[in-house]
Amino acid sequence: MHFRSCGVPNAPDTSPLTVLARLSLKTSRDVVAARQTVAREMKARGTSTIRVTRFATAVSEIARNAIVHGDGGEISICIDARKEYLLVECRDRGRGIGDVEQAMIEGFTTAGGLGRGLGGARRLSHGFEIVTAPGEGTLVRMSAKL
Amino acid sequence: MSGITSIHLVENALLVSIHDDVTDTEIIDLQDTLSHRISEENVRGVVLDISALEIVDTFVGRVIAQLAGISRLLDAETYVVGMRPAVAVTLVELGMYLPETKTALSLTHALSQLRRA
Repeated sequence: MHFRSCGVPNAPDTSPLTVLARLSLKTSRDVVAARQTVAREMKARGTSTIRVTRFATAVSEIARNAIVHGDGGEISICIDARKEYLLVECRDRGRGIGDVEQAMIEGFTTAGGLGRGLGGARRLSHGFEIVTAPGEGTLVRMSAKL
Repeated sequence: MSGITSIHLVENALLVSIHDDVTDTEIIDLQDTLSHRISEENVRGVVLDISALEIVDTFVGRVIAQLAGISRLLDAETYVVGMRPAVAVTLVELGMYLPETKTALSLTHALSQLRRA
């Protein structure tokens, strides 16, 4: 596991993460800001173009989901103490996902999209985790190697 | 139409440059604007220059595919030019092969294909 609580105050971390940026997600302009911030932070640390593109694409999918399905939310971009991973945590205030396995299936959609976003974001990330329940919003944690 | 994306008539084609910070709303607007201009200006093709795009996710990919579908119904071909290699790799990983579009490595190549059409 490459996840620790990112962006949560008072999280019981032994090796604390550094928060590089915290952005609110309300409009499609915020999706652009989120993916550009992720790309900039990775490039600044010398990550290869292909890794930057893959992870920024994954973040774009997840950030858009938070707006389209989750009624907006916020995203935190962090780095671990050893500077090996970029960790992104995206929370929304939506109705949550009842069946995560179903939501991950290629082609499954509730909003008329392609149904490729969630599964695609998982494939494009190094680590990927969803914490959700009906009525409780959705939290996605994802990471990429730097 | 926002100033984020520019559309120019070059020979018999509409050349569209998409900027990197294009939003979902703007790209939907672009689809509208372009479909009108294709029918009004009687062009043979649309050349979408995406060389500025650092990423193409499933949303933008779907809009590009739809745009190509709309153009074809209006008797114009859509060429995508300038796709970055990392974008191509990521699109394939997302299962998006954009079969509705033709791709060309450069604008020159796309225009010469359209001249022959």
